[in-house]
Amino acid sequence: MTSFPASQTILGAIFIVCVATTVVGALIAALTARIIRSVCGLAICCIGLAGLYYFLHSPFLALMEILIYVGAVCVTIVFAVMLAEPEEAVRDENRGTSYLWGGFALVVSAAIFWGLWHLGAMQDWTSPVIRVSDGSVAAIGKSLLTTYSMAFELISLALLVAIIGALAVARTGRTKP
Amino acid sequence: MNPLPLPDRPDIYYIVAAFLLAIGIFGLLRRRTLIGMLISGELIFSAASLNLMAFNRFRAPDPAVGQIFVLFIMGLAAAEIAIALSIIIAVYRNYRSVKTRELSELNG
Repeated sequence: MTSFPASQTILGAIFIVCVATTVVGALIAALTARIIRSVCGLAICCIGLAGLYYFLHSPFLALMEILIYVGAVCVTIVFAVMLAEPEEAVRDENRGTSYLWGGFALVVSAAIFWGLWHLGAMQDWTSPVIRVSDGSVAAIGKSLLTTYSMAFELISLALLVAIIGALAVARTGRTKP
Repeated sequence: MNPLPLPDRPDIYYIVAAFLLAIGIFGLLRRRTLIGMLISGELIFSAASLNLMAFNRFRAPDPAVGQIFVLFIMGLAAAEIAIALSIIIAVYRNYRSVKTRELSELNG
């Protein structure tokens, strides 16, 4: 395993880079004033998340994360930004309420973060004794077509309904040429 | 000092997922446009996915289950984005705005 010198150090450095990318991307997505920068922050966060999925022994999901989130979701949001032009740069309400509301949001999110930190890091979670499968792409494919075939078909139906529904909703109100 | 190497420690993943959830809720409360709230909702989705994947890697007897679950979450998130953005565009056609303060009447 340790054929290359200092491979563990390099691995740890790459892992830290992935965690930092995720955290910085989430901060950009939540804190910037302009919405287009927020979309870019979401894309950066998803690239970092793909790296974390790779470290969690799931390269398939890392690929899917980049394909779906960066490739589809962020691009779709950019299209909506171009069509709907939301600008938050001008503050047309008084600053006091704005700061009060921001402080309230900060307190709520800090409380949730603190509670989940304690739940996750301090709890003594039990590890499984045996592993049923190895979690490879072949195992995922077998499970998708045997155990989870019903959910697989249902999600394809949900996607179809979503596409038709999106077309129907976005079509109303358009004037005929 | 923990003897495990850094990528094999589960608590780091839990903390990053908790951070993503917290920052998503912060953005959801703070944003004033529908698209900003949608982006924060995506951050919350990502937090749930990362948490499921971490538990799948370290605590689950079958490592394929969590991956399939996260795959379904991604599919539903994509469907939700498509529906929500079409609703946002329809709202923009009616109100000429996507700010949540101004969307205050029904049947507009």
